[in-house]
Amino acid sequence: MKRIERMKILKNRPIASRIYELELEGDLVKEMKSPGQFVHLKAADGLDTTLRRPISICHIDREAGTFTMLYRTEGKGTQLLSRRQAGERLDVLGPLGTGFPVEGFSHQTRCLLIGGGIGVPPLYELARQLTARGHKVTTVIGFRSAEDVFYEDAFRELGYVYVATEDGSRGTKGFVTDVIDRHISEWDRYFTCGPRPMLRAVEARLGPDGWVSLEERMGCGVGACLACVCDEKNGSGYRKVCTDGPVFRAEEVVV
Amino acid sequence: MTDMRVSLPGLEMKNPVMPASGCFGFGKEYSEFYDLSRLGAICVKAVTPEMRKGNPTPRVAETGGGMLNAIGLQNPGLSHVMEDELIWLQQFDVPVIVNIAGNTPDDYCRVASAVSDLPNVSAVELNISCPNVKEGGIAFGTDPVIARELTEKVKQVCSVPVYVKLSPNVTDIVSIARAVEAGGADGLSMINTLLGMRIDLNTGRPVLANGSGGLSGAAIKPVAVRMIHAVSQEVSIPIIGMGGVTCAEDALELILAGASAVAVGTQNFADPFACPSIIDGLTETVKRYNVNAISELTGRSWRTSDRQILTAR
Ligand SMILES: Cc1cc2nc3c(=O)[nH]c(=O)nc-3n(C[C@H](O)[C@H](O)[C@H](O)COP(=O)(O)OP(=O)(O)OC[C@H]3O[C@@H](n4cnc5c(N)ncnc54)[C@H](O)[C@@H]3O)c2cc1C
Ligand SMILES: Cc1cc2nc3c(=O)[nH]c(=O)nc-3n(C[C@H](O)[C@H](O)[C@H](O)COP(=O)(O)O)c2cc1C
Ligand code: FES
Repeated sequence: MKRIERMKILKNRPIASRIYELELEGDLVKEMKSPGQFVHLKAADGLDTTLRRPISICHIDREAGTFTMLYRTEGKGTQLLSRRQAGERLDVLGPLGTGFPVEGFSHQTRCLLIGGGIGVPPLYELARQLTARGHKVTTVIGFRSAEDVFYEDAFRELGYVYVATEDGSRGTKGFVTDVIDRHISEWDRYFTCGPRPMLRAVEARLGPDGWVSLEERMGCGVGACLACVCDEKNGSGYRKVCTDGPVFRAEEVVV
Repeated sequence: MTDMRVSLPGLEMKNPVMPASGCFGFGKEYSEFYDLSRLGAICVKAVTPEMRKGNPTPRVAETGGGMLNAIGLQNPGLSHVMEDELIWLQQFDVPVIVNIAGNTPDDYCRVASAVSDLPNVSAVELNISCPNVKEGGIAFGTDPVIARELTEKVKQVCSVPVYVKLSPNVTDIVSIARAVEAGGADGLSMINTLLGMRIDLNTGRPVLANGSGGLSGAAIKPVAVRMIHAVSQEVSIPIIGMGGVTCAEDALELILAGASAVAVGTQNFADPFACPSIIDGLTETVKRYNVNAISELTGRSWRTSDRQILTAR
């Protein structure tokens, strides 16, 4: 049976402009396996928010029984979340959805991870799991400006990292696709998460041999309300981002 | 122990609580959280004769104390629902209500006559009040003559009791309620969502791709209470009450207003365990009243036949 847990907040602190690192402890961590899965959380108790907020799992520490998320303060929910204190309990539903694959690749597959802005967090757990299996990870992460950059060093411990910023204040000036055009020629599989225009640009360049993680507004988060659908690429069907995704094969859905 | 059972046309319910249509799919997802046999009944997502793709996304937006949705009646269509979803639900000891939508009276009749032949379908609910589709839907629910004719037509072909789900987006809901009662409805469900809109301050455009959507959740409960209070005094068929129920006290308020059973919609999204926890809460809360059965509380806010004032302990 699926559960909800009131997990203990160990840490909730800013690490970049409007970006917070939130670490939680509890039993649900035992069920977290696949990178790219998300949790659906209640930002505050009571009726302050009607809907839960989907946030990606960024780092699973099974031994410590904790996991970490990174979120950016946007509207009401994430702002309420940013005021929560260590020691408080947070109502968590999850892990939910279908994540990135990490099994079934040939020996030392060259994995290209491409993330934009708040799409970067799920790639961190992915990078950890891929390197743990002996694959080679190159990460390309894009942000607006130097003050928005996070986890660059963390990714560097796991492989080669390129940073792009739109204003050029850090790394390559421009978008992740500019880095790809300039520096990346050899890769076997790609994995990407970020804003839709970025996903489209990445897919247009790299083709169907990869996985994309989609974002969509959600109601239930468990597949019941049909708020979060996206179109299948071939045929007239649809897929639910909350259960069939958020990660899909690039050839499977219309990005 | 207060008797929690309620008995409505076609529905022998263990307790008065069911999920509301569209907020529970066909039950599968929530069966991973708890045993669906605990529910008083299950009301499934609207079914149309053919599969429907629904509206573009974004389809939901949060609002103060509630949410807007414009799903657009997406569903896999009658034959898939018959061959898969409804068969799957047979494993649970719980009455099933099939919510039906369509563009024409014939659409409603086709679905009603087909699903009412299945052994575990205990009743149908005509959604004549969906705000999120271009044709049909709400048009049937805003004109008493059309609403009555539709009810009569479905009654002729449907072998299980027919509930008609009323729209709150009307000037005089009582006249619609009376019309469908005259058309032979066995019960009423109320209320569906209220038409609403949100505008994104960054883009200056509506948040929902559909523009407007249906408002649900805690914010609409006072509207539901008032409408159930008004309608229940004017009709003699039972009411399944819904609109903004988040806890046992809310459910009780709808019952006191005049509902015989209560459906829970949006709260399932905030808490997947909403229905069982409201059932447990209600079992506790009714103990405060001096009644043998929860059904005695229906309409107690206006029933003057017993002059006793209801006192909670
Ligand atoms: C699968 C998935 C994983 C995500 N992972 C992360 C993450 O790791 N870190 C992070 O910062 N953000 C992530 N997001 C985006 C995050 O869910 C939104 O930023 C957040 O819900 C905004 O809530 P709010 O209350 O601050 O904004 P509001 O605008 O006040 O929210 C109102 C409603 O809209 C929804 N909403 C608003 N923006 C988005 C959006 N971009 N995507 C989905 N729903 C939205 C909210 O959930 C809420 O229901 C993810 C989204 C999805 C779908
Ligand atoms: C996402 C969503 C989908 C819905 N789909 C349907 C539907 O298919 N048929 C229907 O009759 N009502 C539908 N409704 C309306 C609910 O059944 C209910 O009448 C309404 O939401 C008020 O209850 P609540 O405040 O508890 O959500 C839907 C509501 C929501 C939020
Ligand atoms: S959010 Fe409800 S189906 Fe995906």
